[in-house]
Amino acid sequence: MTELPLVLTVFVACAVEAVEALTIVLAAGLTREWRSTFQGMSVALVVLAAVIAIVGPALTLIPLQPLRLVVGALLAVFGLQWLRKAVLRASGYKELHDETGIYARQVAAAEAAGASRRGWVHDWYAFTLSFKGVLLEGLEVVFIALTFGASQHSIGWAAVGAVAAVVVVAAVGIAVRAPLARVPENGMKFAVGVMLTSFGVFWAAEGAGAAWPGNDAALLVIVPATLLAALGYVTLLRRARQGAAAAPVAVAVAPGGAGQRPVRPEGEGR
Amino acid sequence: MRRLRAFGAFWYDFVIGDDWRGAAVVAAAIAATAALVAAGVNAWWLLPVSALAALGWSLRRATAGKN
Repeated sequence: MTELPLVLTVFVACAVEAVEALTIVLAAGLTREWRSTFQGMSVALVVLAAVIAIVGPALTLIPLQPLRLVVGALLAVFGLQWLRKAVLRASGYKELHDETGIYARQVAAAEAAGASRRGWVHDWYAFTLSFKGVLLEGLEVVFIALTFGASQHSIGWAAVGAVAAVVVVAAVGIAVRAPLARVPENGMKFAVGVMLTSFGVFWAAEGAGAAWPGNDAALLVIVPATLLAALGYVTLLRRARQGAAAAPVAVAVAPGGAGQRPVRPEGEGR
Repeated sequence: MRRLRAFGAFWYDFVIGDDWRGAAVVAAAIAATAALVAAGVNAWWLLPVSALAALGWSLRRATAGKN
């Protein structure tokens, strides 16, 4: 596999996480106080750097086949989780991810919270909000970049994709000073779910000893097949939802005024 | 002990999420692939089929009774 799909996948995945972290940091900074917000963000970045410094070199010491088995299994499970949520969102069973709405809720909570000072932190609420947001979203960035990079023995290229995404999102965020609601996050999450699941399945099967027909070229079939299956599930779920919404339910009044009961047409009951 | 449990719960939620069955199917499929390969069968097809079936199963469970 060339480095381009690796860099692109890590870039898109990390951009989604960076957009979510930016929303939280903006809510904390604009509503509360920038100094404590930056302190929280800085401490989270130090923790993330420590995780990278410890886990990154350790991963390069593990032989490739067991590494691909473990990393592939983790990515497949992690990717299925992303894909499941993306399919549920696309089919209307789960609320679409809405940065504007999330930002409004974070701002409301930040405005309602009381101020408290702890040690060198002026505003503990802004500090913890920013710290948790950057740490949690950052852990996903680190997880994706390290697993993808280690499995390809290209942690450097994965880091390029991750850093580029964070820099681009941060630059745009500083420029517009608002949550990046126009980023097509739901579509990006769908694409990332497809890529994580596909690569996870590919590496896990290799790690288990299977040989893919065409070696790395098998990904050119696995990725579209996973995408088609996910789109197929979206179509099926949408049809089921629309069918249920359109099913006529007549209301009959029972003789003798015993009340109302719903009557389903023939063949509609289960 | 409470912190250790919280740490475990965080990583469980981080990797496995809402439905553990998907993770269980993937783990079983990897084990079955390794067993088949050891028996001389190149079972590259087992994991992708199992993963997509697990996704369908999980979606069916998530949407059951919501229509």
